[in-house]
Amino acid sequence: MEIGLTHYLVISAILFSLGLYGIITRKHAIMVLMGLELVLNAANINFIAFARYGGMNIEGHIAAIFVIILAAAEAAIALAIVLNIYQNFRHVNVDEVDNLKG
Amino acid sequence: MTQDLVLPLSLLILLIPLLSFLINIFFGNKLGRISGVVGTTILGIDLGLAIAVAFTKLSSFGEIHVIQNRFEWFSLGSQKIIVGIGIDNIAAIMLIVVTLISFLVHLFSTVYMEGDRRYPKFYAYLGLFTFSMLGIVIANNFLFMYVFWELVGISSYLLIGFWYEKNSASNAGKKAFITNRIGDLGFFIGIMILFFTYGSFMFEDVFAGISSGVMPFSNPTMLTVAGICIFMGAMGKSAQFPLHVWLPDAMEGPTPVSALIHAATMVAAGVYLVAKVFAMFTADALTFIAVIGTITAFISATIALTQVDFKKVLAYSTVSQLGFMIMSLGVGGYTNGFFHLVTHAWFKAALFLAAGSVIHAMHHAMHHMHDHHTDPQDINNMGGLRKTMPWTYRTFLFVTLALSGIPLTSGFLSKDGILAGTMAYANLTGGWHWIIPILAFTAAGMTAFYMFRLTIVAFHGEHKTEIAKHTKENKLPIVLPLVILAFMSLWIFYSPNPIDASKGWFHRMIVQPKSAVPAAYQWSFLLTEEAAPAVHQTGEAAGSTEVKAENPHEVTAAGHTTGHYLNKFQEETHHFHYLAMLLSLLIAGSGIALAFAIYQYKVISADKLETRFKFLHTFSLNKWYFDELYQSTVIAGTLVVSKSLSWFDNYVVDGLVNLSSYVTRGFGYVVGIFDNYVIDGAVNLAANFTGFCGSKLRKLQTGQIQSYVVFVLLGILILLYFFI
Repeated sequence: MEIGLTHYLVISAILFSLGLYGIITRKHAIMVLMGLELVLNAANINFIAFARYGGMNIEGHIAAIFVIILAAAEAAIALAIVLNIYQNFRHVNVDEVDNLKG
Repeated sequence: MTQDLVLPLSLLILLIPLLSFLINIFFGNKLGRISGVVGTTILGIDLGLAIAVAFTKLSSFGEIHVIQNRFEWFSLGSQKIIVGIGIDNIAAIMLIVVTLISFLVHLFSTVYMEGDRRYPKFYAYLGLFTFSMLGIVIANNFLFMYVFWELVGISSYLLIGFWYEKNSASNAGKKAFITNRIGDLGFFIGIMILFFTYGSFMFEDVFAGISSGVMPFSNPTMLTVAGICIFMGAMGKSAQFPLHVWLPDAMEGPTPVSALIHAATMVAAGVYLVAKVFAMFTADALTFIAVIGTITAFISATIALTQVDFKKVLAYSTVSQLGFMIMSLGVGGYTNGFFHLVTHAWFKAALFLAAGSVIHAMHHAMHHMHDHHTDPQDINNMGGLRKTMPWTYRTFLFVTLALSGIPLTSGFLSKDGILAGTMAYANLTGGWHWIIPILAFTAAGMTAFYMFRLTIVAFHGEHKTEIAKHTKENKLPIVLPLVILAFMSLWIFYSPNPIDASKGWFHRMIVQPKSAVPAAYQWSFLLTEEAAPAVHQTGEAAGSTEVKAENPHEVTAAGHTTGHYLNKFQEETHHFHYLAMLLSLLIAGSGIALAFAIYQYKVISADKLETRFKFLHTFSLNKWYFDELYQSTVIAGTLVVSKSLSWFDNYVVDGLVNLSSYVTRGFGYVVGIFDNYVIDGAVNLAANFTGFCGSKLRKLQTGQIQSYVVFVLLGILILLYFFI
């Protein structure tokens, strides 16, 4: 069977859903961030897949590289935030960090 | 085995140690003590495969320069990235060197690391290292080379800092990593210059591009620059001056690690890299390489003279021998440089494992006597170990002879070849180049001296402490690797003739590659001589003679027929062979005699010598003050810059910010009065209303980010429902 665009999109959708599932259900902040990375990578697969089959050509690769750079920056900032959360609360469970509660 | 099988098997050899890494890193805690057995068994299989592949390549396809493949990894726009793996003769030999030493070190560590609480992790790291090192060996392009180059860097970092509870160990790891990064930066720039010019990472494409006359930025100097940049990577990994400072500190790692990584394989990667891309170095780049190698060999030999730490002496000796290899490649002695890499790998691994054996025994004795303060690595605490540890002593003595360059050992063959090469080089180029053989011979003499100083002080004479008296010979897994490695240092493995290796299989198999650099930028004596004019067209031969005549580095008559020699350099090396052999024997012999006179028979008092040459002694003992120099220049410079930046931040930037805040506050105060009485009245009304709404809606705001995500998801689903 020829591997085509659909396969990549399905993989990407699965990856996206797994990531989203991780973001919603995990308590540990690091785990949530890892879910986020999965979602970003799902988007990357889409970019590359469209670059390969959808006629986007090199723009898809460039966009994917931008996403990777963005993910790196995001990880740096987010981990700093997690460290600060830890310093303030002595834990990093996102469901217990609810000081913005109305 | 057919030619088609060589590459898949090489790939398998590469991946098997990775399996060891994966098993030990994920299941290590469950395996516990068994992880050592697992690692050793896996490496044993790997060793078998490596021997099979290497023998196939050398015996059946020795004439084929390189068996390799190339495939497109990915493409960016129209730029295709081609990579692949390849086995040439030096890679085949390196496969055996890496897997055999790795296997023996795995075996050795089953006893040496016994009882360590991160025992499985140690085996995992060893597997990772072996994998990365084999990757360097079978890479046939700069990209893979660089990737695995960094991987050995990280595994070296992990293993140096293996006992990271010790401050000195974690600092040594950091120092090794950062120093290597400086070299790797140069390596990266070099690769980028070549990639930008030739559009490929493959060695063969780059060489083909160079020999077709295309120069980086259309400037031949840039080819030299690219060569030196690539060589910078080798300077970092192979601990060449001025980046040599990390290697002695790396001895903080466990001793088997020092034997595997910091004596035999990883530090040789730099030499291997220079050998792999030898064809692209111009005459100027080669001169630079030779000078750096010579300086390294000489400086570190002088430092090794006075060190009292068992492993530090060996570490500086390693740096010195690496300097010899680099120097040999730099002067054009390709075969002898690589030959020394291989022979040195065996006997230096043996020396380090023997050091491990001694330290292990010392530790046990100290443990037995409830002594936790004495330094088990200080040679002044040893003495007389010959009686208590006979097998360690015998193997140590034999490989010491090999390192000193005494006949019947492999070290004699390779070192002799290197020294003859430096003399041939100096004779062909003349002038200041004679400094290179002079320093090389001096360093060779010092090598013999400091190695015998170490042997005599640690093993001969009376026991200097109670601990030394209580040492015992270690178990078989420690002694066996020593014996095997010492056995491998016999001359017979490389050449039937114990004083001349040039007829042996090694010199037949490892032939200097044809230089890709155009004749005008290469030493004339390194150019491969064309065969007799009768075979080739005469017109062509005449043309090439003309090109050579224009060569600015020309020192000998071009077109000289050399019979069976590859080029003029090899012929000259052969002429100097016996002179170099006599000189090196004389110098090594007097070094050994001096060591015996001072330390064994005490004819000359070591203390008197020390006070007499106080300045030289302190200078050598303090390692030429390189650490202090870097501390006061590079590190202090960085600190000054960051301090001044912090001052700028605190006073200038913060001052501006504070000023603007004062202005804003004053303005705000005025506005505030207006605000309080006029606007607030109106706003309060609205606020009360909003507050009322808010108090009803606030229940939605749980503050939990994950519930917000669910709301967003629901919202998107609803929108999708309506619009699609």
